[in-house]
Amino acid sequence: MSTYWRTFKTAAWLGWEMDSNWTEPWLFALYSIVKPVASAFILVLMYFIFVVIGQFRPEDFNAGFSYMYIGNAFFIFVASTLFGTFQVIQSDREWYQTIRYVYISPISYYVYILGRAFSKIAVASFAVVITLVFGAAFLDVQIAFGLEDLPLFLASLVLGIGVLLAIGICLGGISFLTAKHTHGLAEGIPGIFYVFCGVLFPLSVLPTWAQPIGQAIPLTYWFDITRRLLAPAAAIDTTLTGYSDGAILLLLLLSSVAFFGLSVLIFKTGEHLARKAGKIDMTTSY
Amino acid sequence: MSSVTVRRSDLRYRIGLNLRSVVGRAYPRVIGANREPSWIFFEGLLPLLGIAAYVFIYEAFGRQAIATLTDPAEIAVVQANTHALIATVVLGGTMVAFWLNVLWSMASQLYWEKEIGNLQLYMMAPMNRMALLGGMAVGGMFMTSVRALSTLVAGVLVFGVVFQVADPLALVAVFFVTLVALYGLGMMFASLYLLWGREAWHLSALLEEPIFFSSGFYFPVAGLYQAGAWGRAVAIAGAFIPATLGLDAIRQLTLGSTAFGGRYWLLSVDVELGLLVGLAVLFLILARYALAYLEMLAKREGTLTSRHQ
Repeated sequence: MSTYWRTFKTAAWLGWEMDSNWTEPWLFALYSIVKPVASAFILVLMYFIFVVIGQFRPEDFNAGFSYMYIGNAFFIFVASTLFGTFQVIQSDREWYQTIRYVYISPISYYVYILGRAFSKIAVASFAVVITLVFGAAFLDVQIAFGLEDLPLFLASLVLGIGVLLAIGICLGGISFLTAKHTHGLAEGIPGIFYVFCGVLFPLSVLPTWAQPIGQAIPLTYWFDITRRLLAPAAAIDTTLTGYSDGAILLLLLLSSVAFFGLSVLIFKTGEHLARKAGKIDMTTSY
Repeated sequence: MSSVTVRRSDLRYRIGLNLRSVVGRAYPRVIGANREPSWIFFEGLLPLLGIAAYVFIYEAFGRQAIATLTDPAEIAVVQANTHALIATVVLGGTMVAFWLNVLWSMASQLYWEKEIGNLQLYMMAPMNRMALLGGMAVGGMFMTSVRALSTLVAGVLVFGVVFQVADPLALVAVFFVTLVALYGLGMMFASLYLLWGREAWHLSALLEEPIFFSSGFYFPVAGLYQAGAWGRAVAIAGAFIPATLGLDAIRQLTLGSTAFGGRYWLLSVDVELGLLVGLAVLFLILARYALAYLEMLAKREGTLTSRHQ
């Protein structure tokens, strides 16, 4: 266990250094803020344009806007955590070409990847807080969070990130075998959750065939409980009102365990096949 | 003068050599992609989902708006605007593919080549460096066209987007001039990224969402003008990225200049085309000078082959 912890700590430190030591701290902080805020602004402008073109009253769309904004803020965790995990293999393999050295060292490569992802999660947490504060302060996003909800919020956050890490490791296992598809994966896999998990719009907006897909993904429930806790006043039909907070938490717990098992299975299978095919340290430069 | 010198300074030979270099550098992108079929899934199909999310946002807003209306005429107007906004997203999604390719496969490429040890081989080869960048651009355009096409097809088939192209020649002209200007910018960045070293990767990452925003990839960019002084400043800054003017012109040519009441376009198509031609020429010239300067600087400081800096 101590070896795992040491691996995790060292990998987390390495990840942090790789993410941040390319520039001055103030520039890194700015960089960490600009991307998520710009992403939020895309949605703000989409909302603004719709209201202006249609000459609607903005207050008619406030609940929908808050729903979208909060979902988008927490989606930063999805994009960062997934990217933070599955890109480790491809960056070590294709970019730094150090995977062979790390891989043969006496550590758990699985834990190493988790450690590397940790710094991305830390930066994402910072970006989420900034985005939410900005929205509440300047964009009239309706956030009402009581301290009594904090334990439930933290529990759901930990479980949600646990599910994300497990999904990221599954993708990492697959990327052992694929070419340099980091950007396709980085854009595409979060895209699945962006569409089907009710991040920006309620599931009821999706075609009927797509709604069960959203309801089968645990992250849908994570987004729902997060919004219930942060914006309880937003009266939006999410199609998940039948689930109590406790039921959602239990579902997230079970999903975390299930996805952890799946991630170990897929990771080990991908690793085995890559070793068999001699692909562990391949490079695919187009 | 030796026969080798005569042969190398011969114009016809040099043109042939550089054309072969273009083909040679484009080859791995065109053929390499075909040899890796998983690329179609990862680069062609998966990114559609992100675009679908933006489409559903407008759908959600549209439904919410229609729910409050009773007048059929007003409902029809909201539906028309929603459809036009969805088409805006689909066209923006097409351009996203090219912009990402410019960032990650053009701008970052020389830095990437340095990291994996190919750059010194390119520098030793007898062709013009612009031919190398040209080959990268041609190959990148081909690779990206697959993704762009799949976005367009999905837009038409899945989201029911209808395009009304009244002037196909102007559309083709705008599209290709936009691509030349975009890839010219990518060629210029390629040299600058060599100078910036490790910051390059982060710069590319930084030029995603902020440019999607300032160039109006998912909304008519002229809407920024309605958002006050800061919006106008962002729109003007964004206009230096060729995708901004290109998208605005393409949207006018495919949705009709009367879409959204004709009030949400930056400039007329003719003016935008002229500006795009200017940007294309400017970026290609700057790329040529930036490349020569960087090569000289890197050779003088001995950093041309230094990795991880």
